Parts: sequence; structure tokens; C-alpha cells
Amino acid sequence: MQTERETKKLIFKTFRFNAETDYLPYFKTYELDVGKDELVLDILNRIKWELDGSFSYRRSCRHGICGSCSIKVNGKAVLSCKQNVWELVDIFKTDTLLLEPLSKKRVVKDMIIDKKDFWEKHEKIKPWLEAEIDEHPAEEIRVSPEEAEALLEADYCIQCGNCYYSCPAVEVNEEFFGPAQFAKAYRFNADVRDTAKRERLETVREMGPGVWDCVKCFECAEACPKDVDPIGKITKLHNQLFEEGMAQNNVATRHAVGFKHSIKKHGLLDEGELVRYSEGNIGVMKHIPEAIAMFKKGKIVMPWNMPKSKNLDEIKTLIKSSSKVKF
Amino acid sequence: MAQLKYALYTGCTARESTPELLMSTMAVAKKLGIELVLLDEASCCGASHLQDFDDFLSLVLNARNICYAEKQDLDMLTICNTCQLNTVMTKERLDTDEDLKSQVNEKLAEVGLEYKGTSSVRHFLYAIIDDYGLDKLAEKVEKPLSEFNVAAFYGCHNIRPSHIHHKHNAKVVEEDVGEGGGEQAFTTEPLMAKYNDNEDPYNPTSLDRLIEALKGKSVDYESKNKCCGFHADLQSPKTANRLTGTALLDAIDNDADMMVTPCPLCHLNMDVKQHAVAEEMGRDISLPVLHLPQLIGLALGIDPKELGLQHNVAEVNFV
Repeated sequence: MQTERETKKLIFKTFRFNAETDYLPYFKTYELDVGKDELVLDILNRIKWELDGSFSYRRSCRHGICGSCSIKVNGKAVLSCKQNVWELVDIFKTDTLLLEPLSKKRVVKDMIIDKKDFWEKHEKIKPWLEAEIDEHPAEEIRVSPEEAEALLEADYCIQCGNCYYSCPAVEVNEEFFGPAQFAKAYRFNADVRDTAKRERLETVREMGPGVWDCVKCFECAEACPKDVDPIGKITKLHNQLFEEGMAQNNVATRHAVGFKHSIKKHGLLDEGELVRYSEGNIGVMKHIPEAIAMFKKGKIVMPWNMPKSKNLDEIKTLIKSSSKVKF
Repeated sequence: MAQLKYALYTGCTARESTPELLMSTMAVAKKLGIELVLLDEASCCGASHLQDFDDFLSLVLNARNICYAEKQDLDMLTICNTCQLNTVMTKERLDTDEDLKSQVNEKLAEVGLEYKGTSSVRHFLYAIIDDYGLDKLAEKVEKPLSEFNVAAFYGCHNIRPSHIHHKHNAKVVEEDVGEGGGEQAFTTEPLMAKYNDNEDPYNPTSLDRLIEALKGKSVDYESKNKCCGFHADLQSPKTANRLTGTALLDAIDNDADMMVTPCPLCHLNMDVKQHAVAEEMGRDISLPVLHLPQLIGLALGIDPKELGLQHNVAEVNFV
């Protein structure tokens, strides 16, 4: 028995730009009836095949594994071949969807962007296995299931760029490596066969491009279509830097360690002391204008008035018994 | 409705650089008849930075904080997005990993505590919406915010990652989709159906709905769910200032009279740093920024002094 197909009338506003011929981008708008099982890639295909053959986008596997077809819809990075259209209507409570490339400033044509920056940074973290392997091995190199587990979800990355082009740190700091790159660094650092862990840690610990410039917004975790949880891997890299004794003495590492000192002393964080400890006695000077403004408004607690947690002795006991990392 | 009662985890900022947050939270709770028991035993949540250094230690300390809510048989209430996320991430990991839970409990036993997992951990914003109710809040409004355009700034850690948010922070209204099977089994149901009216990190609505309940006009602007950059303030001030500045200017350019945020860390960037941010952005910036309970308090007719408005750095010039 044929059941009637339920559809929604939706408006698709598509970003159009040809870097070779256009001065400015423009939009073309299409109205389509969309069924509840249609994906964003189906819409891209319908526009190209039925309405405008000049519309350009990347696609290949249509099975969520090649990572080619990512775009942004109403600002949300999506892998077109996995993203249901009605779900977007649910999220944005609208019948108008804006289809844009992942990054407007990198457009080649329409939805197609130049991912050169993504790949250059990707290569710098050595996204491959570095290992001394006997050319004529007598037996295979064994990795136990437990050891394979340590890779977590980092191995599922398909380099689609959703996290990278959703990362606000990348947006304002062009040298920042980016979430996919860090997830990949973790993936190989966690591999028992790999020998380049320290080299990668040297790369990712640099101030500016490295992990310390992550703003911890979780946009990457949200944008990833494969649940790689890049920010979780960035935290793991922070941990590896301390565990391997490779964390340099700088404002970011002192900031992390300063929390422990403060908690040990007060239970709560001594905000002023944390800034002084992180920045050093000279670096802290640049915060003086803000400190004065805050002081005037009663926002600075003087050291002699610093509040303390009740049962502070418990906290001290736990810090003594549960600390696992040294700096 | 039985009286609402929670264990309040204030976090550090509310006791130090944003005293107005604690003042206004207590004032609003009192006015609404919500009982808050201060968790004075609690320590700092680590704010994700202790987690970068010593993950296990951060789990033990956060579990200890939750223990004190559990001991009183109360759900924990947070007033800082970062406290919320770091506490709830600890909870999530301990509740789903027996082995880890027993490792943590082994340490807690040294001070006579045990983490059980019986208390929920939620932000004040969602307690107001889900437990108290916006309709009831609207009835209590004495000074409607009808003259004002209010820009909601959500702050990352209250809404992302969404699976943690949906599991712990806000109530999820699940749509009954039946047993499945039959013809249903062959159709692809949009996954979001069950989260239909719930907070989505790409289009959050809770704070906007709250503003409307207070009769204000919520400002539609792109940066509402973006990051203020607070966690990179020290090591990467340029990044932090640009992110804060982009959001402030976006609100200003969309005719905001003020901004409101449920997070004291966002507040520190948005309120205290306007001068430095303006320098980075090359544009004048002047916008009053309120904490969530300050905004609610004003609409409820609470004395601005009780809400600590004198502590805000960007002058709140309309009171």
C-alpha cells in the first residue's frame, strides 16, 4: 500500500561566490518540498541536478566516512550526508535554512573551500605512526585490545573540518593548530607502537599555536559528526605534558598548577594570587588598571580577608593523598 | 508545590570578584521562596585548569563537594557555568564507571565521606525554568522590563557539550515515539524529535524565554551562544579580548540596552574588561552587563543595592 509522503516546504538560501570571477558573494534562494528522511546532501544534489547545474560543492562517499561534504547550515557545521534536514528545522525553529561554506573567507566556489591551512597544520603534528619496524619481521606487532582502547575515539576522525572551522580560537588566532589536529596528535601519542610522542608534545606545547591557547568552549565536541570529542583529547595532551615532565614553566602551566596551590591553602581559589603566580611579579603589572577598576567597585578581596572553605583540613588531606602529578 | 530547597555551590568568583552574584542570588531566592543552603565546605571546581594538570585530584575534590549536598539529601545548585560543567563532568564519569568511583571513594573514605551519586547538579537558570516555572515567575514581576532590549549571553559551559547538558542540567521532555518496529522501523526519524523543545547549543532559548517572562525584549544576535574567551585570558589576551569584543559589539549593534549572563566568568570578561576590549576592537564599548539573578531581581522589584549593582564595573545607568 502506498502511503502519502509527508513533506515540508522549506526555503534554502545558498551562498554563491566564484573566487575567479566574482567581486562579492551573493545568495540564490530555492523553495523545495522536503521529506522527513532527506539529508542536506540530498538538497545540495537536488539544487544542482534539477535547478542550477553551476552550483558547486564537494561530495564523494555519501556514507559519512570521506569527510568531503561538510558545510554550515544556519551557522552549524554539518556533514551533509549525515545531517537530516527536518532535524535542522527542529533546532532552528524556522523554514528558512542558510547554506554556507564552512569558512567564508576560504571559499573557492560556492560551498567549496580551500582547506590548505587545515592540511598544513595537520601535517605538522606528524599524523602518522613513527616506529622502528623490522623490514622482515618474524611476527606481527601486537596491540592488545586494552592498548587499542587507549586511542579512545580519536581514531574515528575523518578530517571533515567541522571542528576546525567552528573553533573560535582558530578564527582569531590563525597560527592555532586546531581541534582536529590535536585529536590526531593524541591518537598517535596514545599508540603503543609510536615513538614520536615527545616530538609531538614539543610541537603542541608551544604558546600561540599549541594546546594552551584553547578557549575551552566545547564547540569542537559539538561540531564533530563522529563523536571524536577533540577537546577531551586536548585535555589529554595537557595531561601528557605534565606527566612526561615536558610542561614548560610559563603563564599557562603556572595557571594550571596555581589552582592546586590555592586550593591547598584556602579550599577556594585566591583569584589575585593566582594571577600573580601565573604572570610572575613583573607580568602581573599589566593587570593593574583592571585591578584598580575592580578595587573601586569592591571586587578585590584583600589577602587578610580571603575566604576559606570549611573543613579545610579534609581538602589538605585529600590533596596530599590524591595528587598524581608533579610540576 | 512543596518549597524548593537546594544546596548552593557558590564557586569562588561569587565569594570574591563578583560578590554581587551571591548577593543577588540570595535576594532572588528569598523573594521567590526558594531555600538555599550554602555549601561552605566546598572547594574550587578546578575550572578545567586543575583538570589539565591533575585529573584524578580534580575528580576527588569535585566528588567531595557533591558529597556535602548528598549528605543533606539536597540537589546541588550552581551559579557559575564552569562550576556546573566541571562538577557535572565529574558526576558523569563517576556515575558511569564503577572502578573510577571506587578509586575516588577510597580517597574520600580518608576524610569520612562517600560519593553515592544521589544528588543532581544543575544551574540556577534551569532550576528557575524547570522547577520554579516561567509562568509563575512572570506572575511575580513587579517592575516589568518592558522598556529594555536585553541581550542574552549564554556562556559555553551551561549548554555544551549538549549530551552532558541534556542528561544533567535541564529536564529533557522526551516525546513518546512508541515501541518501534513495524513500518516505523524502516523510517528515519529525525533524531531531534525527542529534544524538540529543549535547549540546543546552536539555538538556545532558555535565557531568552526568561527575559520575555520578565517582559523584556530579548535581542536576536548571532553571538549569544559563542565563547567569551575567559579561559585563555592570561595566556592569550588578544584571543580573549577579540571574542569578548565581538560578542559585546554584536549585542550593541543589535540595539541591546544591556546584556545578561548566567556565568560570572563571562561576566568578568564582558563587564570588567570593556576598556581593554574596546582598545583591541578599535571601537567604543559601553554596555551594562547583569548577572542572571540581578536581572530577575530588578524585575521582581528588589532594591538595586541588595542586588549588588554598585559592584558592576560598567555602569548600570538605567536604575
